[in-house]
Amino acid sequence: MKFWRAIAAAALLATIPALLAGEIPPDARRSGYSFMGPDTRAMQDDDTSNPGMLFVLDGEALWTKRTGSADKACADCHGDARGSMKGVAARYPAFDKALARPVTLDQRINLCRSNHQQATPLPYESRDLLALSAFVAHQSRGIAITAGDDPQLKPFVEQGRHLFMRREGQLNLACTNCHDDNFDKRLAGAPITQGQPTGYPLYRLEWQTLGSLERRLRSCMTGVRAQAYDYGAPELVALELYLMSRAHGLPMETPAVRP
Amino acid sequence: MARALVHIVALIAAGFAFACHAGAEELQPYNISGDGIAESLTGSPGDAARGRALVLARTTTCILCHSGPFPETRFQGDLAPDLTGAGNRWTASQLRLRLVDAARFNPETIMPSYYRNEGFVRVGRNFAGKPILSAAEIEDIVAFLATLRD
Repeated sequence: MKFWRAIAAAALLATIPALLAGEIPPDARRSGYSFMGPDTRAMQDDDTSNPGMLFVLDGEALWTKRTGSADKACADCHGDARGSMKGVAARYPAFDKALARPVTLDQRINLCRSNHQQATPLPYESRDLLALSAFVAHQSRGIAITAGDDPQLKPFVEQGRHLFMRREGQLNLACTNCHDDNFDKRLAGAPITQGQPTGYPLYRLEWQTLGSLERRLRSCMTGVRAQAYDYGAPELVALELYLMSRAHGLPMETPAVRP
Repeated sequence: MARALVHIVALIAAGFAFACHAGAEELQPYNISGDGIAESLTGSPGDAARGRALVLARTTTCILCHSGPFPETRFQGDLAPDLTGAGNRWTASQLRLRLVDAARFNPETIMPSYYRNEGFVRVGRNFAGKPILSAAEIEDIVAFLATLRD
């Protein structure tokens, strides 16, 4: 009996590496920064040439601007963001008790607007939402990502992992096919990264503007000719959460610059 | 009145049938023999010159992953084998099946099945029910790849 149990345990242990096949070991995780050329790196490194910093400055102004029928500014509750928002973005998406599900930083900002400022939510990818998000996330620059550590998030991380591993679209490709199995190779001449979301919202030269991780995910989905999920869809939040948990320990770079 | 209603119902039914037809494009039937498809999907040979243009067009997706003897194209991929010498390595029959359904040989492959129109997840509206390439496009590409000899 003991013998069989030992065999069963051994068989189980042997299958674990197979289950995790394709996933990148923690010490091999690399920011998209490491895949870029020297010019783009220099643009990100120098705050006076990083176009994302313009959004951060806009966000700083919005932080202290009163809005909504409550006539309150973010700063009225949260004070100086340099202290109160330090490390916050590195933990997002985070579990919201009232909603019983994870919310992204963008969604948290809009929840604050509707619940505490009595203001209308800002549309996804609008300049003001990106600016506030960039300003808040910038306070975490250099801080290690710990999103997904909250045990309440476990089923949502799993949902995100499942979506990451699932093939979809007419091209029938999963995120993992490129970003776990083929990073460092070239797709139409451009290096494939590991898809570590260390610098969002970030300035993409291709977009000529700042954009969210959801925008990036949606364009990958369109790329494999799949129906992209709507902004704020639970699936996109779960994917964002999984990606952040996958980037565990990597430092935040917001606002990053990417090609 | 009743007659008008019948007409409307008939029109709706016809419209629905048309929509369904437009939704799932009919594929040409093909026979797999050995590790290939011996006969042309269209019944006639493809045009190699058109095939070359198709391989280089990003919309067919070939060049995103493959590279090949295409000095004029800077942006080629290296996720998949170089196409140089593909005509030495494979017969037209083998090339045809590899384009139609590469997953048949390796379910884990990242090469899409170019002549398949069902069994996918969340296909984008513009692509639903359609194969990535038409039968004629596959024949043109097969004809071109067969000319790639060292």
